[in-house]
Amino acid sequence: MSLTEVRPEKAASTHLRRSGTTGGRWWREVSWRYLVALVMIVICVFPLLYAISASLKPGSTLTGTTHLFQEFSFDNYANLDERGFWQWLQNSLIVCTVTAIGTVLMGAAAAYAFSRFRFKGREKSLTGLLLAQMFPQTLAFVAIFLLLLSISDVFPSLGLDHLLGLICVYLGGALGVNTFLMYGFFNSVPRELDEAAKIDGATHAQIYWGIILRLVTPILAVVGLLSFISAFSDFLIAKVVLQHQENWTVAVGLYTLAADERTAPWGVFAAGAVVAAVPIVALFMALQKYIVGGLTAGSVKG
Amino acid sequence: MSQQTVTRGEQAPPGSPPEPRPRRGDGVPHANNFSRGFLVKLVLVGVIDAIGVFGLLTAISQQSWGIAGFLALALVVTNYVYFSKRALPAKYLLPGLVFLLVYVIYTACYTGYVAFTNYGDGHNSTKDDAIEQILAQNEQRVEGSEAYPLTVVQQDGELGFAIVRDGEAVVGTAEQPLEPVEGATVDGGKVTAVPGWDVLGFADVAQQQAEVVALRVPVSDEAADGSIRTQDASTGYVYESILEYDPVADTMTNTQTGVVYTPNDHGSFVAEDGTALTPGWKVTVGFENFTKAFDDPRLRGPFVEIFVWTFVFAFFSVLLSFALGLFLAVVFNDPRVRARRLLRALLILPYAVPAFLSAIVWKGLLNSSFGWINQVLLGGADIGWLTDPTLAKLSVLGVNLWLGFPYMFIVCTGALQSIPTDVLESARMDGAGAWRTHRSIILPLLMVSVAPLLVASFAFNFNNFQLIYMLTGGGPNFVGTPIIIGHTDILISMVYSVAFESGLKQYGFASALSILIFLIVGVISWLGFRRARRLEEL
Repeated sequence: MSLTEVRPEKAASTHLRRSGTTGGRWWREVSWRYLVALVMIVICVFPLLYAISASLKPGSTLTGTTHLFQEFSFDNYANLDERGFWQWLQNSLIVCTVTAIGTVLMGAAAAYAFSRFRFKGREKSLTGLLLAQMFPQTLAFVAIFLLLLSISDVFPSLGLDHLLGLICVYLGGALGVNTFLMYGFFNSVPRELDEAAKIDGATHAQIYWGIILRLVTPILAVVGLLSFISAFSDFLIAKVVLQHQENWTVAVGLYTLAADERTAPWGVFAAGAVVAAVPIVALFMALQKYIVGGLTAGSVKG
Repeated sequence: MSQQTVTRGEQAPPGSPPEPRPRRGDGVPHANNFSRGFLVKLVLVGVIDAIGVFGLLTAISQQSWGIAGFLALALVVTNYVYFSKRALPAKYLLPGLVFLLVYVIYTACYTGYVAFTNYGDGHNSTKDDAIEQILAQNEQRVEGSEAYPLTVVQQDGELGFAIVRDGEAVVGTAEQPLEPVEGATVDGGKVTAVPGWDVLGFADVAQQQAEVVALRVPVSDEAADGSIRTQDASTGYVYESILEYDPVADTMTNTQTGVVYTPNDHGSFVAEDGTALTPGWKVTVGFENFTKAFDDPRLRGPFVEIFVWTFVFAFFSVLLSFALGLFLAVVFNDPRVRARRLLRALLILPYAVPAFLSAIVWKGLLNSSFGWINQVLLGGADIGWLTDPTLAKLSVLGVNLWLGFPYMFIVCTGALQSIPTDVLESARMDGAGAWRTHRSIILPLLMVSVAPLLVASFAFNFNNFQLIYMLTGGGPNFVGTPIIIGHTDILISMVYSVAFESGLKQYGFASALSILIFLIVGVISWLGFRRARRLEEL
């Protein structure tokens, strides 16, 4: 994966002068851009408005949702409870939070080791990490299923149908693209700081917890949230690992809810989708800048 | 603990003091810190050790030798790394490495192994297990055998039978062969009470009738000795297998018909007329799984179509979303357009919403009978957006364009804005028009930073299981294929269908397809990244 970074910059396109575009020239050169914008906004926003509209229409299956914003009721949101949605949301939050924290802790520790220690096999390990990313976990889902099946005999709570088992699978990806993201950031922290601390008698652990981690907090937050979002959006592995309804995550649960188009409680699904999407969209918008940086660095949101 | 690792060789900044450093632990103030940190470490490693040892013992009792071996090794390494004064980097790398090793590297290698076996339904265990199961499944009541007055008993929710054998009360369950019990009460040849077990009355038995009738209590550890079963919960009969396994000749013989079954190299006992006993067992089958898709005439055509479609899907997904994203980035990169921030925020929305949700919403919108597109936009048309093979493919591409263009839009906007303005200005001074500038200056410069992302995007879409599964589920399905696959299935969703959704689970075949995908994506990514790097050198 390339580590090319593309960041939007504010000082944009100063070569085009703002002045001098009035009247006919404005109509010719600028107006159509607004038209394009209008069309694109409608296309982007419409499906989301449709989902919101469907979520507000009580008791509907797919049939009744074609007329937008005709009724307003929170029945569907109230009905989420009987479908077990809140349990799924809770499961998702547990899985994603633990995954995010674990990814940050393990990834940061590895990045620290690669950034600050010069040990035998360091270069090789970095290359090896990069190579290990070539085989994405989604490709190995059959093997993951079989592995968890056999782990179930020894540690049932790490096996199939357990949230902890799923978390462990996600944590397998902790040393990955994230580590490289953090590695770059750690390298930008001046080494003189650790040197000074070491002369004062600090141990490597004190330097790590007391100095480095405090200086790299922004990247820790970004990596944590990125792994939170990607765990939240994962469907395939969650579907393979979790079997009983009460253990499902939001992705598996909502999919199953909407699986049969004719009879699906479409309104309830839409309500669940809105509840699940809003925090993720908010997170995404708040972190846009970093996520774009992270995305261009090779980590891909599901 | 060693202190010298950090600065060594040319990495040390100029002017840094020479090694060695004063060692830690010779000043009183550090002693406090040391003991606190050490205590935390001690507790953490202690907890891990406790869990590990528990797991080790369980694994040994379960005879899971692979897991036991791994746990033993992991325990030794963990304790060495955290209690020795060497291995400083390993203290930081170990936790992540353990997870990487188990859940990424091991699963990748295991996929490779399974790809060469016939692992799946009917072939999921060892030969010994298979023999035992075959014997148990082919039991019949032994003609003229003794009828045992039988009592159904229960302990911790597990059902069992109690009978009187040779004047002695014996109890057993499905897992535990019949064993004598102390202190059982026998009345008229029938057991009426067993200490530690609940004797089930008529009502209780009626409630669990199906389980009771299905229960099979082995007479002894030997599967060939048969089992006790009952039809009415009051009389038990000895059932023995009509098959007999001969360990010397390695054959199964049907004692009633005399048919002899011999093991073949595909892990099954087969008679001369070709009938096979189930279950079979797991054996390696060479490259069979890799050629299976071509060898089976019912599968060949659909597989080729899926194979080609996967490439088409991934390629056009990238191409279309890149084209649209680039177009929009160029259009809105004009400073005369107002409210660009808001515009960008709105255009990013499809990307911010989790893809699985949008895909399901689109599935509803595109539904041929009730969907909004047909009902409202097209005024009650009946167009099979997701049910017609060609339209379904177009719909998948369209929805993926909706999902994917914002990413390209962000990336292209960033790349456009990072193109130095003096380059553009000099182009203008040389008399290049807008079109010429775009084609000859902006696009080549943009490709340098965007090309690697296009390759990554191709690799991602090649395995875009989620979209296909959510939107069409692979359908419309092919007719007459031995596995459930459809016109919009891509390779990864075909893998899922082979492994979990086609009735007979074929893990070996599925793994072989995974390996195939891995090779394709690996080679294409490698070539792509190499070309992208060459762009950079231009």
